[in-house]
Amino acid sequence: MTTTPTVLKPAGTAARGLGRTNRRDTWWVAPGIQAVLFTVCATYLFFSGIVWNPLFGTPYLVDGYLSPLFSPLLFPDALPRFISPGLLILWVPLGFRATCYYYRKAYYRFYFADPPGCAVGEPSVHRGYKMETAFPFILQNIHRYFLYLAFIPLTFLWIDAFGAVFGQSGGVRVGLGGVLFFVNVTLLTGYSLSCHSLRHVVGGRLDCFSCTRRQQVRYGLWQRLTDLNRHHMAWAWASLISVTLADLYVRLLALGVIADPAIRL
Amino acid sequence: MANLLMRIFRGSPKEPGTFAEFEVPVEEGMVVLDALHWIQAHAAPDLAVRWNCKAAKCGSCSAEVNGRPSLTCKTRLSDFDLDEPITVEPMRAFPLVRDLVTDVSWNYEINRSIPPFQPPADTPVEEWRWQQEDIERVQEYRKCIECFLCQDVCHVLRNHEVERPFLGPRFLVRAAGLEMHPIDTADRTGYLKDDGGIGLCNITKCCTEVCPEHIKITDNAIIPLKERVADRYYDPIQMFWRRLRGDRSSAPAAAAPAASDGGDRSS
Ligand code: SF4
Ligand code: SF4
Ligand code: FES
Ligand code: FES
Repeated sequence: MTTTPTVLKPAGTAARGLGRTNRRDTWWVAPGIQAVLFTVCATYLFFSGIVWNPLFGTPYLVDGYLSPLFSPLLFPDALPRFISPGLLILWVPLGFRATCYYYRKAYYRFYFADPPGCAVGEPSVHRGYKMETAFPFILQNIHRYFLYLAFIPLTFLWIDAFGAVFGQSGGVRVGLGGVLFFVNVTLLTGYSLSCHSLRHVVGGRLDCFSCTRRQQVRYGLWQRLTDLNRHHMAWAWASLISVTLADLYVRLLALGVIADPAIRL
Repeated sequence: MANLLMRIFRGSPKEPGTFAEFEVPVEEGMVVLDALHWIQAHAAPDLAVRWNCKAAKCGSCSAEVNGRPSLTCKTRLSDFDLDEPITVEPMRAFPLVRDLVTDVSWNYEINRSIPPFQPPADTPVEEWRWQQEDIERVQEYRKCIECFLCQDVCHVLRNHEVERPFLGPRFLVRAAGLEMHPIDTADRTGYLKDDGGIGLCNITKCCTEVCPEHIKITDNAIIPLKERVADRYYDPIQMFWRRLRGDRSSAPAAAAPAASDGGDRSS
């Protein structure tokens, strides 16, 4: 197909320099809060999943509650002490979130100031901008593979949540931990199902929704996923916070700082 | 009602721009464009302002109000604290013509580079058919009024100037409308990846934030296009699958929408 050569945009008159803008609103508040929340959660999860165990030996499995960072638990006894079993799992959710379209938007803004806000000037180091056309950010295109992989730990988290309530030798235990596990796995499921790549794979890549029976079914699914996708940002934050809290809960239980209030049936 | 202090950008490419101050009497229901018209009528008859419909439908009156790209005919004065001055300046991503008017002609040039609508060659126009659900997605993109506010706010066009070609959000929306059209047979993924520069967009969503037509530019147009480009160029399983099916061309093949795969170009 022939196209006319693409023309470059002539220069405009935007102010240069980090943060330069005529905006009067507090445009920096939302990215500021997001940066703090994201950094706190990500640092905690990294520390808990990879460093905490080798260093301090704090259990991640207590009283039928397995921390979501370690599920499914792979060769816990075969690994040398300095390797946390979380390491074998954590790269999946980590890669999934790092390449997520929503988180990309968030961290390109608050970590890279690219841009720091809309109609706000950028640092001059951004000259020669290539973004997702070149290494390393071109790798964001593999997001869909992390999506496919993410359904594996997600399945195990559902098994763990049921196990925490129904898999107890004394019968059914409805504990705060079990409730937290169910909330967490529901939010993680919402996050995964609202993914842009999933929306594309299920139906977005079709041009015709009505042509065949199969396409009509895919269209129906695409509509449902589109509804979920509208709130992808909310799913992303809620599930990040819930997974952090679920792990913290298990750790505090293990350390004996808190007890698990539970009704046993 | 009280008077409002307005700071209006005045300047041309030949002289350094300055902000001139005007006191404007405020009446109920006024929009920023009304205030500009008052200034033109009473204080600065040579103030250059572009406008046409005053109904948020022609997309001519785009400017930056208190630093935010906005349609001046849709921006109500009552939305602001009138004790503070209101600043109006031209769209900053485009070359200045004079005062509040910029030269947006680049947009029309880049538009011409998009591979046009390509209906199936063997179907006469009167036999074109599609269902409402097939076209609904595209109808959202067709709401665009070409105000170019999204182009103005997009940091790739605004801050990174012009090192590499980039369509900008408005024309990614247009390309999405063609690409997802149920009877279009062209494949623009190669064009989008190279000449269109879709990888330069880092989905930071400023375009969506300013669109007066509330088109979900990033979520509904750009990300789906990025996914289509990934299907073709960055997904080894899809590439392998296409190979198995005998589609060897790296140059995209045309797919008839009525084919058994429903126009699914990648699986
Ligand atoms: S989402 Fe992409 S096209 Fe829209 S403003 Fe941001 S970089 Fe530009
Ligand atoms: S997509 Fe929205 S902001 Fe961009 S030109 Fe069209 S109407 Fe204006
Ligand atoms: S886009 Fe966020 S998880 Fe896929
Ligand atoms: S004057 Fe037509 S959109 Fe504002």
